[in-house]
Amino acid sequence: MIDMALWIALALFCAAIVLNFYRAVVGPSLPDRVLAVDTMYMNSIALIVLFGIWVNNKDYFEAALLIAMLGFVSTIAICKYLLRGDIIE
Amino acid sequence: MLDTIIEGAVAFMLIAGGAFAFIGSLGMTHLKDFYMRLHGPSKTTTLGVGCTLIGSLIYFSREDGPIIQELLITISAFITAPVSAHMLAKSALHHKLKPDPRTRGNPVELESDKPRHTIEEAPQGDSPLP
Repeated sequence: MIDMALWIALALFCAAIVLNFYRAVVGPSLPDRVLAVDTMYMNSIALIVLFGIWVNNKDYFEAALLIAMLGFVSTIAICKYLLRGDIIE
Repeated sequence: MLDTIIEGAVAFMLIAGGAFAFIGSLGMTHLKDFYMRLHGPSKTTTLGVGCTLIGSLIYFSREDGPIIQELLITISAFITAPVSAHMLAKSALHHKLKPDPRTRGNPVELESDKPRHTIEEAPQGDSPLP
């Protein structure tokens, strides 16, 4: 039962990442692209967690935690740059 | 019996998480302007990733006791998603992105920079220079 759910969830997350990539390439404005990359790292966290379930190894969550932290900091830094033209004033 | 219930819970969480994340990304691709597109990822994708992480937590907790570490990612995702959405909305308002014409309301930040007074109506008085 878990195998089937794992495949369905993997397919859904991969489709979500493809949609994010479409928005990051096409996106008419700069905040659109930042939003697309932000969503893409959220989906990649879920993909890493699903891979950890697949190989039955719980060490992969540290990579996911690292991606979550760095992704948040980079999103805030880019937004700050778009707002102010400078990151640390 | 208990194993079946736990497996069912994990499977349900994984499929619900995948469905939520896919719906969020679909909204981000198909909605009309940036202020609508911000809704999909900031709420739905966060819920989807949280569901997936809780499914993983249940899966790894079934053999050797509860494992709390994965809750850490869930909590951090649920805390950081509104903050980044707020910063993105602020930067979009700063760039004066056009909302959909059917949007109601008229935020101050999106009004144009032109002065509202003509020269004749401008506040009279002494010279503005000191």
